[in-house]
Amino acid sequence: MSNANIPAVALDRVSKAFGEKQVLRDVSLSVAERETICILGRSGTGKSVTLKLIIALIKPDAGHIWVGGEDITQLEGLPLSRVRRQMGFLFQNAALFDFLTVYDNLALPLRRLTRRSDQEIAEIIDRVLCQVGLSGDRQKMPVELSGGMKKRAGLARALVLEPQILLVDEPSSGLDRITASEIDDLLLEQKRRTTMIIVTHDVHGARRIADRFAVLDRGELAALGKPQDLEEHENETVRKLVTEA
Amino acid sequence: MPLILSSGIALGLVITLHTRSEMIKFGTSALIPEVQCRSFFIEIGPLVTALLIAGRVGAGMGASLAEMRATEQIDAIEALSVDSFKLLVVPRIAACVLALPLLTMFMDFCGVLSGFLLEHFLSHLSLQLYIARALRGVEWSSFIPPTAKTAVFGFIIGTVSCFFGYTTNQGAEGVRRAATNSVVVSSLLVILADVLLVKLIFILFPETAV
Repeated sequence: MSNANIPAVALDRVSKAFGEKQVLRDVSLSVAERETICILGRSGTGKSVTLKLIIALIKPDAGHIWVGGEDITQLEGLPLSRVRRQMGFLFQNAALFDFLTVYDNLALPLRRLTRRSDQEIAEIIDRVLCQVGLSGDRQKMPVELSGGMKKRAGLARALVLEPQILLVDEPSSGLDRITASEIDDLLLEQKRRTTMIIVTHDVHGARRIADRFAVLDRGELAALGKPQDLEEHENETVRKLVTEA
Repeated sequence: MPLILSSGIALGLVITLHTRSEMIKFGTSALIPEVQCRSFFIEIGPLVTALLIAGRVGAGMGASLAEMRATEQIDAIEALSVDSFKLLVVPRIAACVLALPLLTMFMDFCGVLSGFLLEHFLSHLSLQLYIARALRGVEWSSFIPPTAKTAVFGFIIGTVSCFFGYTTNQGAEGVRRAATNSVVVSSLLVILADVLLVKLIFILFPETAV
């Protein structure tokens, strides 16, 4: 199989339970390079768990997850770290390190994982902060940032290592419509160069960004396809999630 | 530092007040500085410092790591391919191992100083005479091993606190629980380790057991 045929991310019959609660059941999903897929679903259907499985923050109970042709469920230590470096993750609450400034939040992975000089690191951070509109806030602590600014800073940190795959968990949660739209614009800018998997409740934003929707319902993949194709889906939950204004 | 300073001074005063009346009764008041010095160097300084640090720093470390876990900051570090254990846990344990002996020496100093001040106030004992009497029966083996054992206490406090903070997965409730468990378990282990280490010091330095 040539590299061109290898999906950026593929889940193969993935299952995950937490105690008695079965969160994901036999989920299979394939995301092509530079494709943007939005995962929709009701609360508690395993959307965020799916993202954490893809970046191996948790391990599946069954099934395999392939990232760039490597089964990350079998990887540990340095090989896992190497695969993770292809990915950036924007957490739901941005998860900025509260003991570091915005600048140092971005500098941490560059200092730890690259051999760039301080000047090179500063140039990269300035460029990425400028990209997300936080040029003037580099010395602020996370506690001084608004919700939207935290999301931008979190996105900047996710992008600072120039990942090939961007995982985004609820980019618009807790934000007003205008700020959410600005975050969507930033994600749209990434669309041309990055594979993106976005978990969201915001159908409006998802329709702007996504090439395809994946709808999870009670831990199973209920539907997968282009947004317009899912509007007439036989599953009522899928129709409601895809068409909700 | 303020906690160690105030505790050291208060304990120094209390120990002197307790011992001097009895020792005056037996006509051994000249031994008060030595008793003060030995009690602080051998046991009070190391143990009280470790228990104070377990309460202050252990709870703080446990809670801060648990909060980082609850707010997905540790997941974010892992997602960036950075080893969160090396970044968050190792420096905290190393800091505890290094800080405990230093803080113990500071506690010893504060305790002996406050003992001197009280003696000076009550019996006009000069500083030179107090120091000469205090250090008369104190050898290096009465000071170095008990101070060095606090590095082990530091390791226990750092390891236990980091363990409870780093491994919690219960959100806000986990933060509270990690802080409480860090203090309770590390304090208990410090006291138990003290028993073993005192015995070990007696074996390695028999003169201290006499």
